[in-house]
Amino acid sequence: MAELIYLVPLLPLIGFFIIGFFGKKLHNEKLIGGIASAAVGGAFLVAVGIFMQLLGEAPEARTHIIRLFPWIHTGALSIDIAYQVDQLSILYTLIITGIGTLIHIYSIGYMHGDKSFPRFFAYLNLFVFMMLNLVLANNFVLTFLGWEGVGLCSYLLIGFWYDRTFEGSHIVWTGDAAKKAFIVNRIGDFGVLIAMFLIFWRFGSLDYATVNTMAATQGVDAGLITAITLLLFLGCTGKSAQIPLGVWLPDAMAGPTPVSALIHAATMVTAGIFLIARNSTLFALSHTTMAVITGVGITTALIAATVGIVQNDIKKVLAYSTVSQLGFMFIALGVGAYTAAVFHVMTHAFFKALLFLGSGSVIHGMHEEQDIQKMGGLKKYMPQTYITFLLGTIAIAGIFPFAGFFSKDEILWYAFLNGSPILWGAGVLAALFTAFYMFRLLYLTFHGEERFDHHHVHPHESPATMTIPLWILAILSVFGGFLGIPKALSFGADINLLEHWLHPIFHDAHEILAKSHGEHAHSLELEWGLMAGSLGIAVIGILFATSLYKKSSSKPDELAAKNKGLYSLLWNKYWVDEIYHAVIVRPTYTMSLEALWKIFDIKVIDGIVNGSARSIATWAESIRKIQSGIAQNYALLMMIGIVGIIAWMVLG
Amino acid sequence: MPHTDSAGLLLLPLFLPLLGFLSILFIDREQEKAIKYVTLIFSMLTFFASLPLWFMFNDGLDGFQFYTNISWIPSLDAGFRTGIDGMSLLLVLLTTFIMPISILSSFESIKKKHKEYYAMLLLLEFGMLGVFVSLDTMLFYVFWELILIPMYFLIGIWGGKDRIYAAVKFFLYTLVGSLLMLIAIVWMGLYAKWLPGGHFTTDFLILKQLAPGIPLDIQIWLFLAFALSFCIKVPLFPFHTWLPDAHVQAPTAGSVILAGVLLKMGTYGLIRFNLELFPQSLHLFAQPLAWLSVIGIIYGALVAMVQTDIKKLVAYSSVSHLGFVVLGIVSVTPEGLQGAIIQMVNHGLSTGMLFLCVGVLYERRHTREISEFGGITKVMPKFAVMFTIAMMASVGLPGLNGFIGEYLTLFGSFQSKFLNNPWFSIFSASGVIFAAVYLLWMFQRVMFGTNDNPKNHTLTDLTRSEYWQLVPLVIFIVWIGVYPKTFLSRSELYAQTLVGSIEKTVFGTSAYPKIKAIEVDASAVKKAGH
Repeated sequence: MAELIYLVPLLPLIGFFIIGFFGKKLHNEKLIGGIASAAVGGAFLVAVGIFMQLLGEAPEARTHIIRLFPWIHTGALSIDIAYQVDQLSILYTLIITGIGTLIHIYSIGYMHGDKSFPRFFAYLNLFVFMMLNLVLANNFVLTFLGWEGVGLCSYLLIGFWYDRTFEGSHIVWTGDAAKKAFIVNRIGDFGVLIAMFLIFWRFGSLDYATVNTMAATQGVDAGLITAITLLLFLGCTGKSAQIPLGVWLPDAMAGPTPVSALIHAATMVTAGIFLIARNSTLFALSHTTMAVITGVGITTALIAATVGIVQNDIKKVLAYSTVSQLGFMFIALGVGAYTAAVFHVMTHAFFKALLFLGSGSVIHGMHEEQDIQKMGGLKKYMPQTYITFLLGTIAIAGIFPFAGFFSKDEILWYAFLNGSPILWGAGVLAALFTAFYMFRLLYLTFHGEERFDHHHVHPHESPATMTIPLWILAILSVFGGFLGIPKALSFGADINLLEHWLHPIFHDAHEILAKSHGEHAHSLELEWGLMAGSLGIAVIGILFATSLYKKSSSKPDELAAKNKGLYSLLWNKYWVDEIYHAVIVRPTYTMSLEALWKIFDIKVIDGIVNGSARSIATWAESIRKIQSGIAQNYALLMMIGIVGIIAWMVLG
Repeated sequence: MPHTDSAGLLLLPLFLPLLGFLSILFIDREQEKAIKYVTLIFSMLTFFASLPLWFMFNDGLDGFQFYTNISWIPSLDAGFRTGIDGMSLLLVLLTTFIMPISILSSFESIKKKHKEYYAMLLLLEFGMLGVFVSLDTMLFYVFWELILIPMYFLIGIWGGKDRIYAAVKFFLYTLVGSLLMLIAIVWMGLYAKWLPGGHFTTDFLILKQLAPGIPLDIQIWLFLAFALSFCIKVPLFPFHTWLPDAHVQAPTAGSVILAGVLLKMGTYGLIRFNLELFPQSLHLFAQPLAWLSVIGIIYGALVAMVQTDIKKLVAYSSVSHLGFVVLGIVSVTPEGLQGAIIQMVNHGLSTGMLFLCVGVLYERRHTREISEFGGITKVMPKFAVMFTIAMMASVGLPGLNGFIGEYLTLFGSFQSKFLNNPWFSIFSASGVIFAAVYLLWMFQRVMFGTNDNPKNHTLTDLTRSEYWQLVPLVIFIVWIGVYPKTFLSRSELYAQTLVGSIEKTVFGTSAYPKIKAIEVDASAVKKAGH
């Protein structure tokens, strides 16, 4: 069965070609959406089949390398189009195709009536194809193909409604946001590119298995491995929207909402976590990089969560929430809790996809309104959207026994165990903000008085193609956490399925870390205590949000007025965009225009070229006069010449 | 040792354009349609005639194939010597492939002096093919200079408003370089004569054997003479300022050919002459050339970014892209060299396509100012797809051709023993970021947003002819990106052998070539006359 893995990316690719070439001629939304959904759904079924096969195999024998055809073969390089099926890649594949299918189905309802309906589904299928290449690749270069490929699809889909405007710093059109996403990601890709060169230089290969095994057995020079992993991490900060390259994600909300759910929440943005998990051995070898990852993760988690508190665009709140949650995943990676990171990738995919699709349902029902200040009281108009959204909100807030609780708590626990109490405290603080802004969002949208214009807006529940995916994701958000029940809650039984499943993948990395850090003592009482603490704090966040936002009041405005400076700082997202623009974008542009082009190119180089041409012309002009046509002058010149030659011969 | 089997197969596509050129001269100038189609047919015939080369070329043979040696100027031992190896094979095919497309793109856009125009295009093709197949320095020089004439007229007659300035600039720039090359060619011929029992010759294969014996202090001058000539043609920073002017003024087909093929004569020359003949001097100058490439990559990209004329933007992007090629060449690694060769083809395809796209816009609006456009996607959706593909190929998106070339050249320069400094590669890789900046920004302003300019409201989408000019390019852009082996394998032995011989000369040892050439029996070698 594993050898059929090529079908998994191939089906969406076929979908892309069918819709890309014939979509316009089909004139049938249901058929187009059906083909696209079937392509991804079929891929999901194949993936399930392969997953079943892996289940039946011994844990160590679950890695299958399937070579399809040679790609870049020249000199010392031999890079194949080859897939690596193992516990990690199949898990990602299931998430991508599973949630992908749901979002495809949802989109049939959401994109109904759009003039570019086929184009949307073609792009979406192409995205799934690229994303699958990213996670299934057996080497860095093929992952890089998927990595940039999803970037392309993200670009195409953010700018999908190319003639619409979008509000953002130095952004007027959706296309500006698309361009920004692509370019910022490219900066990260630069890091991955150089990292690949370094890896080949050291290991002579770009295959994951070879490189990680060599690193584990031979060890690597500390400086080199730090450079490699930091450069790879630079790529991760781009794709997974972390500091310093996280600025693109909130603007990526310019795309249609299903895109935000699939690409900018559930799958693509977790590619950074995948890359590190895939190369956990390499990363485990560098303390510096691990520390940097932890630092970046916690800083991003906190900063994004605080910004999320004051946003009024329903999708932007969710976007900052995503950035913040991704920060959590990086904290996990930084402290060596790889399973916890992947666990959170999974649960986050469930509840964040749900929340985005829910917000899409709201936007759909509100006739494209996204400002939560102009909503309120929607729960009676769209009850199914409300309930599922509520479930998602509880899940992300980390309330027991919803999915988010388990994964977030595992991260916090390892942050305490392998990191420090301060790291744990900061994480809990971010969790507090999370619970707060999510319930603020929930209340402002669905509770309180109706602040929309009843004459123009008639909120309504979305069709079944949209609500059914919501319900499926809601169920996953509620129960998904049971895949990773910690020992502390299983009365000693070892039923953490996910940890067992991924154990062989992270085995080497854990050994390296254990060797350098030593095993930390587990204390059940401590774990319970911390768990209770974080749970309690999440509840406090919820209660605080409830008191401020459940009923419409002037309290939030008063609070903002009292802390004007802080509010303005958060409202303006710490002015990061403005700083980047003033420090990097503007100076580069001005220098290129004024110094490089207008002065160096035109004045200096062309000046020399035209100047020398002109001086030759002038010189030629002056000696032209010698050819006057007057025979006496010629005779005179001849005489001068002869005298000169004789003088030279006599004297020389 | 050259292989002479089926040598006629190479002469056919070489002379077909000349035959076409002569045929055009006999057609009455009023017969515009006949002129157009005869030209198109001749270029298509040339393409089909070049296909057997592709299929009969043997990857495993070392040395030139389809070799011809006909006496031409016996007193100078200048001969009509032609033949191809893996590198020239790719460039010959690129040329014969690009020409019909450029000719087709001229049908609507060229409005005056049809007879002269199409005659010039065929003459140009003859010259370009000649450059890539010449194995005689004198013959090479003749073809090299022959190209100046049609190109000068293409820019000077059918160009834009400052065409005369651009044409003269193009002509003088190139001439300065090629004069130095002529001196070097003559000097090498004389060197052959000065050897005991020697005689003046321009036979490339003989000169290649003699070249290592030339004293290093003189080699350096020869190297520089060739290098300057080629670097102007490439153009390598800081010899690039003729290019934007030439491109902006040239008609679309002129730009496509200029970017698609002409510039490759420079990089081709660098490999054929500078690498093959003077490895030791190369070792001295590899670093300075690499620096110029790096500067060119970044500088070209930054200056492209601030352009307001789309065509000028694409022109500067060429400076940036060709920097990668030169970097790959001077890295002297199989990967870098292979990257350079495939990148020559890639740039021909993707930049050629970009110029065609610019031409499509220019045809409709007679302007190329970015600010004149906006929201074009709405009225030209098919064009938007094509433009996106061309842009992404240029940006170096994996899965499309540009990535293969850029990746290999950067990879090669990173691992290069010759350059011995990864920073060349690291700095150059930043060009990948800037490429996204200038292309995506331009695309955003031209294609996205709302279609506000009333002049753009009624633009028509791609015509059938325009569409079919672009489709073949797309096919190869994807093909090279997904399965580059088809193309890389043609020049693999050549690249490895060349790197091996250079490394042996400079370092004394080399791991290359790793693949073995097919042994050929001695009788075949004798027939070649060497």
